[in-house]
Amino acid sequence: MKSFTYERARTPAEAAASVAKIPGAKFLAGGTNLLDLMKLEIETPTHLVDVQDIGLDTIEDTAEGGLRIGALVSNTALASDKRVRRDYGVLSRAIVAGASGQLRNKATTAGNLLQRTRCSYFYDTNMACNKRQPGSGCAAIQGFSRQLAVIGTSDSCIATYPGDMAIALRVLDATIGTVKPDGATRTIPMADFHRLPGDTPQIDNVLERGELITHVDLPRPIGGQHFYKKVRDRASYAFALVSVAAVIQPDGKMRAAFGGMAPKPWRVEAAEAGLHEDRAAAMETIFAGARPTEENAFKIPLAQRALASVVAQTRS
Amino acid sequence: MNGKGELAVSRRGVIVGGTSAVALASLPATGQERVPAKAPAAIPVKFEVNGKPVELTLDTRTTLLDALREHLKLTGTKKGCDHGQCGACTVIVNGQRINSCLSLAVQHQGDKVKTIEGLGTPEKLHPMQAAFIKHDGYQCGYCTPGQICSAVAVLDEIRAGVPSHVQDDITARPSVNADELRERMSGNICRCGAYSNIAEAILETAGAKA
Repeated sequence: MKSFTYERARTPAEAAASVAKIPGAKFLAGGTNLLDLMKLEIETPTHLVDVQDIGLDTIEDTAEGGLRIGALVSNTALASDKRVRRDYGVLSRAIVAGASGQLRNKATTAGNLLQRTRCSYFYDTNMACNKRQPGSGCAAIQGFSRQLAVIGTSDSCIATYPGDMAIALRVLDATIGTVKPDGATRTIPMADFHRLPGDTPQIDNVLERGELITHVDLPRPIGGQHFYKKVRDRASYAFALVSVAAVIQPDGKMRAAFGGMAPKPWRVEAAEAGLHEDRAAAMETIFAGARPTEENAFKIPLAQRALASVVAQTRS
Repeated sequence: MNGKGELAVSRRGVIVGGTSAVALASLPATGQERVPAKAPAAIPVKFEVNGKPVELTLDTRTTLLDALREHLKLTGTKKGCDHGQCGACTVIVNGQRINSCLSLAVQHQGDKVKTIEGLGTPEKLHPMQAAFIKHDGYQCGYCTPGQICSAVAVLDEIRAGVPSHVQDDITARPSVNADELRERMSGNICRCGAYSNIAEAILETAGAKA
């Protein structure tokens, strides 16, 4: 691990200003992904701004009837919250489908959104990877691509966004609140937060330098039955091959977002109306333009079957 | 511990010494002067381990795991993968289990850390330790401290109502059963494969307390 200096910020604005001021500085929250990447020297911050003392660790009711989740609420606390379990079950289910108990205790809401891909070529510093080292090429496209993305990819990168929580936040139309180093705040819809790789796969999301996530807002509960179906190589503590977050209403109308398929949570709202009428056709629209490799083409029918299994559960 | 902050020479120490001697001998002679590296950043850290206050000055890079093992000589906590994948380094911080390898020591100012050494003693075992012995919940024993710390915290998590992936009803209170324990313990790998005995040991401990 490269040497770095360390400080603890006292307020969100102070943290943002500090990261903006010091070249190579990064925020440190739970650290479960950042430390892993620092040990491999994939991340090499010169300075860490620890944000554990800045507050932002509660879940509050909003005036609109939703919830405001502080950026530093742990994954365990978020999944355990009674209101989340009752009104946003897909979110609790997605969180407990991810990582291990130890990691969920330390990992935070904002950190979970910012976790980096688990593409094995990103992790292997001997391999070409445009996300880790821009311009070096992508060893994954011609390599072992079974785990990797089938849609939203580019000739530069076929890595997936690896998380579960964000897939549920996408289906719930959550928004992300931030503060910039100059104190300005903004709200980013989940749909716009993670980027597609294009020619710049090293940039995972739309945050600017020093911009700090302060909270995630959930809109009013939308009712319905909530599902998070995760298909993976072992029953626990593995990343998704395919996952689906779905909210299905009594009349059969549904929302569905997919994980493990793309560099971001994948949801096509325009096709959702068709999901309870002609699911096969709607799924074709959702994954239109997919460019799977020979090794990961199975993910498209697997996503259809994962959703079918969820729909079958609603009838029981 | 010998009270001097150093371990007595052990087989492991001899192996480490031997390896570094080989490494030195095989360094290439470049004829260039090495530029001395900038002194690493070190800062004071205070926290509590097994009820005792400790004060260390540590390189910022030191993980909680390395602080416990290398600086405090509490070698019960084990380093397996050092990347949060195996769970051998599991300790309980402020009542919650975490991977001590994926946490910097400096993140733990003022925290209360409990390690396997703080759970029980050879004379007075923690009920979970006794149950692991009774049920043969290990073979080589390397993962065992992490398994036991994790298991103790799992039962607290179930009591506190933390939900799990195997619950049918996410709004219900979780119960203690083999499926729940297997899911909740999935962050602790046992390469000897003592899983079924580990599950039995935890189940018995849970029953004894219920």
